[in-house]
Amino acid sequence: MHKCLLVALAALVLAGPVPAVAQDQSGDGAEQFIPITSYRTGPYAVGGIPFMDGFVDYLKMINARDGGIEGVRIVWEECETAYKPDRFVECYERLKNRGERGASVFNPLGTPLTYAVIDRLPADKIPLITLGYGRTDASDGRVFPYVFPLMVNYWSQNTAKIRYIASLEGGLENLDGLKIANVHHDSAYGKETAPVLAKQAERYGFEVRHFPVVHPGIDQKAVWLNVRRYRPDYVILRGWGVMNQTALKEAARVGVPADKIVGVWWSCAEQDTVPAGDAAVGYTCSTFHNNGTDFQLMQDIITHVHDAGDGTGPREAVGTGFYNRGVINAFVTVEAIRTAMGEFGARALGGEEVRWGIENMELTDADIAAAGAANLVPPISVSCADHEGGGKVLFVRWTGESFETASDWLEPDRDLVRGMIEESAAQYAAEKGITPRTCES
Amino acid sequence: MDELYFFLEVLIGGLLSGTLYSLVALGFVLIYKASGIFNFAQGTMVLFAALTFVGVLELGAPALLAAVVTLAVMVVLAFAVERFIFRHMVNQPQVILFMATIGLAYFLEGLGQTIWGTEVHVLDLGIPDRGLWLGPILVSQFDLVAAAVVALLVAGLGVFFRTTTMGRALRGVADDHQAALSIGIPLHHVWVAVWSVAGFVALVAGLVWGSKLGVQFSISLVALKAIPVMIIGGFTSIPGAIVGGLIVGASEKLAEVYLGPFVGGGLENWFPYMLAMLVLMVRPEGIFGEKIIERV
Amino acid sequence: MFYRETGQYKTTYAADRAIFPIRQDRIGIAILLVVAFVVIPLFANEYWLRSVLTPVLVFSLAAIGLNILTGYTGQLSLGTAAFMAVGAFAAYNLEVRVPEVPFLVSFVVAGLAAAGVGILFGLPSLRIKGFYLAVATLAAQFFIEWLFTHVGWFTNYSTSGVITAPPMTLLGYSFESAESRYLLTLCIVAGMAIMAKNMVRSELGRAWMAVRDMDVAAEAIGINLMATKLTAFAVSSFYCGVAGALWAYVYLGTVEPQAFDVLRSFEILFMVIIGGLGSILGSFLGAAFIVLLPIFIANASGLFGSALSAETIAHLEFVIFGGLIILFLVVEPLGLARLWQIVKEKLRLWPFPY
Repeated sequence: MHKCLLVALAALVLAGPVPAVAQDQSGDGAEQFIPITSYRTGPYAVGGIPFMDGFVDYLKMINARDGGIEGVRIVWEECETAYKPDRFVECYERLKNRGERGASVFNPLGTPLTYAVIDRLPADKIPLITLGYGRTDASDGRVFPYVFPLMVNYWSQNTAKIRYIASLEGGLENLDGLKIANVHHDSAYGKETAPVLAKQAERYGFEVRHFPVVHPGIDQKAVWLNVRRYRPDYVILRGWGVMNQTALKEAARVGVPADKIVGVWWSCAEQDTVPAGDAAVGYTCSTFHNNGTDFQLMQDIITHVHDAGDGTGPREAVGTGFYNRGVINAFVTVEAIRTAMGEFGARALGGEEVRWGIENMELTDADIAAAGAANLVPPISVSCADHEGGGKVLFVRWTGESFETASDWLEPDRDLVRGMIEESAAQYAAEKGITPRTCES
Repeated sequence: MDELYFFLEVLIGGLLSGTLYSLVALGFVLIYKASGIFNFAQGTMVLFAALTFVGVLELGAPALLAAVVTLAVMVVLAFAVERFIFRHMVNQPQVILFMATIGLAYFLEGLGQTIWGTEVHVLDLGIPDRGLWLGPILVSQFDLVAAAVVALLVAGLGVFFRTTTMGRALRGVADDHQAALSIGIPLHHVWVAVWSVAGFVALVAGLVWGSKLGVQFSISLVALKAIPVMIIGGFTSIPGAIVGGLIVGASEKLAEVYLGPFVGGGLENWFPYMLAMLVLMVRPEGIFGEKIIERV
Repeated sequence: MFYRETGQYKTTYAADRAIFPIRQDRIGIAILLVVAFVVIPLFANEYWLRSVLTPVLVFSLAAIGLNILTGYTGQLSLGTAAFMAVGAFAAYNLEVRVPEVPFLVSFVVAGLAAAGVGILFGLPSLRIKGFYLAVATLAAQFFIEWLFTHVGWFTNYSTSGVITAPPMTLLGYSFESAESRYLLTLCIVAGMAIMAKNMVRSELGRAWMAVRDMDVAAEAIGINLMATKLTAFAVSSFYCGVAGALWAYVYLGTVEPQAFDVLRSFEILFMVIIGGLGSILGSFLGAAFIVLLPIFIANASGLFGSALSAETIAHLEFVIFGGLIILFLVVEPLGLARLWQIVKEKLRLWPFPY
């Protein structure tokens, strides 16, 4: 009896995924489909959940407040990736033909996930927005027409960090002779900034040493003993997940003051600082958006979504680091679609049209203020050659209760980064046999 | 002289980290000893216990009550595991039992987070978490307290195994299942008991690691650190788990600090396994494991 | 009734040694091959080919590899993913440094490289047994992951530490479309599966099984333990290496070392055990089951999903996944292959109960 059931069950599973609920295929152009891939399980779910809640809440707000983008309602479907490339590929293939015009744009949410689909994009004609993560050299739009590491990529971010340190030291000339420890997650992601740090060290005359932290980084005693022995003037923290708070605690224990530690944005949320307790007070980290709820746009989310009882996650999460990052990600996605609608008309758009929209997106300070996001995000201006499109970095400091602004929007060393991006993109193009397109104008 | 102090600091730090690994390894050893099951779910049990504890705490219960409730939950879990899983799998090969515990790990991971959510819960047991200068040597106060907890726990388990009826029964079962059955030890009860004790150890480990890292998914990953500990010490020996932990902790820290700079660092993950492999080449049953005698 | 071998006489030795001695099996396999090679490429859409069937095949190959080692030879391995990584990185490095080499040759080299590493980490198996042996393969797992992350040469000094597979062309034909990639994988996997099936029926396979059942006894009847265990490690790793290369080239087109972490090793062990230890068919069933189960659960929960938050659904999926694994092991510890056997026996007698 049991075995019969079991056979039936096995057959059912092997017979394959049940076709999911049929989408509204009416084709009147009234609904814009946005696929969502998220990770709500696994070691990184701590950050993935508020991020996705922010993303979805923003879309809900646009639907509730404006009736959609330019009157075209947004519909979406969420697919769980668990931060695994193979799961993401499955989600990508599953969602790419959903909706009236297919998937408009993917936000893979994860660097390894990004890599897994880059090859497929030109054939599928679907753009990828990788906001503050992903493949840095994809900023070269000539080699990667379909990938948009918008706002700021890792290399720009890292050069801005050095500039921030310089501002603390009283100028770039004072960097000479400083010792900087780069404590990073021991993975492709973590090691990515090593070359740019080396270039900067050469240019500004500081010394840098790398300290890898093995995944998942729950015990970092040896690393921080090494750091202490090195006696750095500043520590760059390039962490991910549980590694961050452990690093902050260990730093406090070996006597590296928190205000000498500068983190990347994946080490820059309440989830990283709150568990570290006192050890995190004074810790500074970089972001590409502001935190908190003192923005018209965030207030709109509270009124139209949370007050209406439609909030995806808990209300307290609104305004926290990961949540706001999710909101910004959705904001950029929506604005790109809006740009595309300006060209192609207010109807459901396909991937190629949205790609055009992202590439021609131009958000000035005035546009951003009009959207209720003044000072929440820096201006963005994407072009055919430059898929980064912004590149300003803000530093925030943890006070023990919230993040406060610690700097202006800082410019990265654009000349240095751009050269490296073009070099790396050219290597990729050669390996893959891609002929870069030319960008006129 | 400074070099010597630094060396001592690394060594002591490593030994203390090692005791924290031992804490998780203990749970593995208990279950393996009594039932021959390599319980992969031990790490998830640590997470589950910690989540339950924090969850009850956040409902407004005092710490002691939360601990009692959690312990009760772990005992219920032990009953369920015996009743619904292992009772049906007597006489299966070890690797199948091992797989079943991986299934259990998935189950508990999902269940714990469905009930209690995924956000990081801060757990403050009032253990000071700052460096402490012992002369010229910096040690972590937290780790000292944790090591004391481990010592207490091991002593407590020792007393339990030596003096109580259930403890004696456990030792009997560990020595020989069939002989134990033949003299009237109820095997199933013993298994429930040993899973309960392992649940208790998981709770202690969950509290210690939870207050170190915050209660969140990642504390279940400590299990990966416990595996080499157990292999070096031997799967069936409680003192082995402690000594194994000390060896693993000290060696990985020393390797990271003194070998790391030459190879680009980050060797903490594989070094204990290489070491364990070398140990096993010399002593295939682990340092304290029972001698394996093979007959045709 | 449906599966009756009565009247099928074996009149020659060749017939007695045939790989599928029963006519129904031969017909079944023929139908299966026709479906796999003709029907599926004609009718399946890109989603199925790219993100379901191709990974199932790649995983099946890795599972066969692990099954040879764990199911047939009884050596527990928790480092399968590391051997896959060796394969992926070996193929990549050969292609990047010697671009003239056809990619099929680099797949073979991938297998050989993995086999070499497998032998190296298999050496301790001569002395260490049972769960203790897991430490050798875990050492391989963590060491190899570290090696590929830390030594820039393996990733051709790419700034991101991620390798991207060069395009695959054979005699001027470029394997770009989902169909061509699926068929390529299918040919390799089917060929290697038949090889494996024959290997385990040969003297070598019987030696493996003797070692699995009791190595001291096997030694006593004159089986060379060292040679047998090490060939098992080599063959197993070869299969895993090719699977890794397929994963990198055909399936994802890109790999970072972390894609082959210890959880991947556990996943493949899962496939082998759910499918059935010591069964080639089981490797396929197990791989299909483990790949499809999460997709199935995700889709099924989508049907009545709006009542629950996305987060709860994601966690419930884990609960269901774990629960089903336990259920399967409790009801049928010998795996899906054994269930299939039971079904065949039932079909043979149907409609009579005995």
